[in-house]
Amino acid sequence: MERTPYGFLLVAAGGFLGAVARHAVDVGVGGVLAAASGSRLAPLAGVPTGVGTLVANVVGSFALGILLTRASSDRIRLLVGTGALSSFTTYSTFVADAVALGTPAGAWYVGVSYATGFAAAALGLAVGRGWRR
Amino acid sequence: MTATPLLAATLVGVGGALGAVSRHAVGLRVEGRRSVLLVNALGSFALGAVSAAPIGSTAALLFGVGFCGAFTTFSSFAVGTARAATERGPRAAATLAAATLAAALAAFLFGSLLAARVFG
Repeated sequence: MERTPYGFLLVAAGGFLGAVARHAVDVGVGGVLAAASGSRLAPLAGVPTGVGTLVANVVGSFALGILLTRASSDRIRLLVGTGALSSFTTYSTFVADAVALGTPAGAWYVGVSYATGFAAAALGLAVGRGWRR
Repeated sequence: MTATPLLAATLVGVGGALGAVSRHAVGLRVEGRRSVLLVNALGSFALGAVSAAPIGSTAALLFGVGFCGAFTTFSSFAVGTARAATERGPRAAATLAAATLAAALAAFLFGSLLAARVFG
């Protein structure tokens, strides 16, 4: 399955959806932070870089943890796991955001992303295993 | 030229599909966690180059946000590291996490320096 043209097609379809969803989260979070500038949330308005990527990475890591313990078919694993969730999350943009933030903000960003990302993945794996009982 | 939201989403999606397929192709040739480290380093190098190259917003959405974003993955890395912690201990997980960051960061900086020199 995973080496067949159909398998590649599933990965491509999932990749399309995952990347578009990540972009939507990024644009959406940017919009929320911009709208916050005139409100009580004003302190958040100055936080530009990386928040959308962080949200996508943490949510996607949790979901992938569940999927990998739960996926019943290769088809689902290729479409949702290798395709959608792996493309929804990103390492390259995470590194670019960390570099753009500079020190010390970039180091904090890496630390928070790693801590929340690993916790989300471990939680997803645990939740997935729990459901299987 | 500034892309409309629909065009932007399409560019990101097409780049994302190509990035995911390329990552899958690497995964079929290289084993497990090593392939995740490899795509994250290669993709970070490419994004570094894209970010320093004089390209328009259209190309940036297609190659940067779409292709490089989807070729690299945080979720597979995070799940792989969480599994390494339970299967091989916290030291193996910490080594994987640190090696991935070091490789991707160095690759990104090298890519952007290279592009700045070529196009600058």
